[in-house]
Amino acid sequence: MIVTPAWYMALAAVLFAIGVAGMLLRRNALIMFMSIELMLNAANLTFVAAGRELNLIDGQVSVLFVMVVAAAEVVVGLAIVVAVFRRRATASVDELAGLRG
Amino acid sequence: MLELVLFVVFGATALYGAVAMVMARNPIYSALGLMLTMFSLAVFYVSNAGHFVAVVQVIVYAGAVMTLFLFVIMLIGVDKAEDRSESLPLQRPLVLSLLVLFAAGVLVAGSRAWFTGLGSVGPPINGTIEAVGERLFDTWLLPFEVTALLLIVAAAGTIALAMFRRDGGEDGS
Repeated sequence: MIVTPAWYMALAAVLFAIGVAGMLLRRNALIMFMSIELMLNAANLTFVAAGRELNLIDGQVSVLFVMVVAAAEVVVGLAIVVAVFRRRATASVDELAGLRG
Repeated sequence: MLELVLFVVFGATALYGAVAMVMARNPIYSALGLMLTMFSLAVFYVSNAGHFVAVVQVIVYAGAVMTLFLFVIMLIGVDKAEDRSESLPLQRPLVLSLLVLFAAGVLVAGSRAWFTGLGSVGPPINGTIEAVGERLFDTWLLPFEVTALLLIVAAAGTIALAMFRRDGGEDGS
């Protein structure tokens, strides 16, 4: 049996779905961030697999860009989580209801 | 044959890490599960001729980003048990049905075509630093420079978030 890129696509889809589930089911802001990272990683896997299938190096360049954006997003997001924790002493998104009317 | 073995072994590892990340009660275990998934994905990058991105995956993602996550988890405490009761009554059934819908959509799309567009062009790629760099600094030069701006903005924003505290006077709570 030979591993076709479709297998990687299927694996990436499953990983992405697990990330969505984590995003929707967990309350902890950190776990939700990690779920976002998992979804980004799944998208990266599709980029690399499709790049090999199409013989284009651009897929791997796109992965580098996604990594840069993810790194910037994690830095700002974790800074926000720490800032919120300083004020509210919680990392649970359910307790952040300060904008409720 | 080797690729099949690698796919099965590290695919199972990646799925285990992802499920452990979602299910673990302790955020440290979640971070370690995600790290496992990222290492497995680095193996897949190597299988798909992405040698340079595999190295970057290990160094940046599994190294730097997850270390940052672990720092923050240590900073805000791991010993508090998370309240796992659900306040929205329909949330969990809706999530599960959404996932089932997503799986059905993937199966329908996958049974038709996984790739659209050009089709295979050119010789097989080899994702060395030279190949990636030549394309990056040729076709993608402007987006690359925009990422520099993005990183500056992110660094400035993080410093601003860390500097202005209660005594800064700009937050009145």
